[in-house]
Amino acid sequence: MGSRTIKVVFLEELKVDGAPQLRWGIKKTLIMFPDDLDMDVAAEKIFTDGLTEAGIAREQITRVVATGAGRKQVKFAHENITEVGAGARGALFMCPSARTVIDVGAEEGRGVKATPEGKVVDFAGNEKCAAGAGAFAESMSRALQLSLKEFGEASLRSNKTIPMNAQCTVFAESEVVSLIHANTPKEDIAKAVLDAVASRVTAMARRVGIEEDVVLIGGMVHNAGFVQSLKAALGVEKVLLPDLPEYVGALGAALIAAEANA
Amino acid sequence: MNKYPSEPLKLWKKAKELREQYYLDYARAKERGGIRWSGSAWALDAIPEGLGEDVYALTGEPYAASVSHDAKFNKQCQDAAEAAGFARDLCAYMRTYWGSIYLNKYLFGGEFPRPDFNFQTQICCSHSKWYQHAAKLEKAPAFYIDVGVGPYKDLDESRLMYVVNQGLESIEWMEKVTGRKYNDALFIQAVKNEMRSTSLWAEICSLNKAVPAPLDEKTMYSLYVLATINKAKRWCADFYQELRDEVAERVKRGIAAVPNERCRVMSDTQPPWAFLKIFRYLEEFGAVSIGSLYTFGLEGIWETKPDGTWGARTTPMDQGIDITTREQAMRLYVDWNLSKPQWQHFYDPRLKTEMMKTIVKEWKVNGVMLHLNRGCEGLSLGIMENRLGLATAGIPVMTYEGNMGDEREFDMVRTQNRVDSFMEALSLKRDFVHA
Repeated sequence: MGSRTIKVVFLEELKVDGAPQLRWGIKKTLIMFPDDLDMDVAAEKIFTDGLTEAGIAREQITRVVATGAGRKQVKFAHENITEVGAGARGALFMCPSARTVIDVGAEEGRGVKATPEGKVVDFAGNEKCAAGAGAFAESMSRALQLSLKEFGEASLRSNKTIPMNAQCTVFAESEVVSLIHANTPKEDIAKAVLDAVASRVTAMARRVGIEEDVVLIGGMVHNAGFVQSLKAALGVEKVLLPDLPEYVGALGAALIAAEANA
Repeated sequence: MNKYPSEPLKLWKKAKELREQYYLDYARAKERGGIRWSGSAWALDAIPEGLGEDVYALTGEPYAASVSHDAKFNKQCQDAAEAAGFARDLCAYMRTYWGSIYLNKYLFGGEFPRPDFNFQTQICCSHSKWYQHAAKLEKAPAFYIDVGVGPYKDLDESRLMYVVNQGLESIEWMEKVTGRKYNDALFIQAVKNEMRSTSLWAEICSLNKAVPAPLDEKTMYSLYVLATINKAKRWCADFYQELRDEVAERVKRGIAAVPNERCRVMSDTQPPWAFLKIFRYLEEFGAVSIGSLYTFGLEGIWETKPDGTWGARTTPMDQGIDITTREQAMRLYVDWNLSKPQWQHFYDPRLKTEMMKTIVKEWKVNGVMLHLNRGCEGLSLGIMENRLGLATAGIPVMTYEGNMGDEREFDMVRTQNRVDSFMEALSLKRDFVHA
């Protein structure tokens, strides 16, 4: 139950002999933008829609675990878990070699240090400031009149480093406007913005200690420019990028549900 | 789900009454021809006590913290200070205090009671400026004592005497501005009272090493406050003696503050006063906040005992030292105050980290919750260094952002979410939900 989207992941037991990591498989994923719907209504709708699309009867579902900012609104969930715990569990399932999880969602950016089992050891996130979150990049792409995809791609065409001083989204936007008025190419501004987000997120990750491998989860995985900026800020050769990055939190919750049932 | 017996603290009500009486006494001091002075909770308040038995203090931080519990009045105070041109990132207590003067309204009823003089120490970056401006508004004289002489471990004769001489000079200044003759016997008694108060408070906090903890931090806030308002008065020391006995009895009988205690956390800096329910939220997970360097060492005076553990500092009286002169009393008194734990981090955050690690070890703490307190630059100074030091030592730490006195800077939902994540990391699930 994210601040912008709701995702559902259905897991099924695979029972592949001799391959414990293949014990669970993803049966179905679904994403929705709840728009004006109340969170509890939206949760019920995506769950029902997911069941229908997956061809599963409600009675076949043995356990539901909710996560995300709106997790407590999921009335039919058996338990809920924070996005920190769920994200780490899902990330380590997808990328078992990872020890540092960087999660950049719409509302929050965070760094998490995890055990090989996906248990959280330490975490740090942005507070009320949005500068380390996906919403910041989204807001800046609007200021440049680019789609998020174009925004990321544009930044890859730049090799300039323009430091953005403002940490606050509101002030950063005025800084972007100043750069536009100074005829700074859009790709350089895009890189400046994504470098700034990467810098903020890296500072959070440094608080918990960066141990490789590093995995990035959340919607910003799709932003190639951000991934590039993040690698540079972290000073690492590679950042693991899981499949279905925006579903990793939901997957973590589903794994916790499955394991509780096992 | 409850593992331990629990019962209310018998002296809690008395602590509330004493605190209330203190604020009323200050307001009514003039009816009895008494003297009013104002300064911070760190002011050397035994010194004005030598002016007579009718001397009443108003310490600014506890007053502002009390105002914080009245959201409407607090907002009015903040607005009044901001309307006067002060930025909202200044000390929240200071803004509240100034706002109360600007509005000429006292939280405990009536007009804001103007002091005869302001008497303040300077170690925090805001303290002297706070009372410099207050003195200007109140048209009252002010005296400041610079206590920033470096960490106690490096104290030498010249550093000590630098503060002692200012203290002695302040006495002459007080005689001049009040027209009263100073009474050394009253001063010596006040020094003894303060030493008893602050040593006893440390002893009470030491009792919280017990499992289950006999006190939780939310309750401790109602108790430590007496040392922040009037530690040099006899009633304060006597109360702490009574309290020490009650808490010791609770330890003996295994009485828990939080009956489902299964995890012990500690906090740091002032809490967001308008949201103390965050501590009740912790209890739903079986977590008790056993205190903090802030609650232990803002006023408590400590020492390292021969066995290496941390405990209440032995008073000169208990060492058999006879205090007979103004100069001797001032010297002992200054030395006592310069060892205050909460003064040490102003010089080096590593000193605070080491004290926090001591608390973690001796109070059997499972995790630390650091309040990134945007309302107090002084006590937040170096807090991320402390976080790093604790985390490097393998101690689980969480941070949350807020403000002790300006609720516009605290987000309850987000903080609860942080707590949820931290409790998960400590493998704790919620036992129950408070009604």
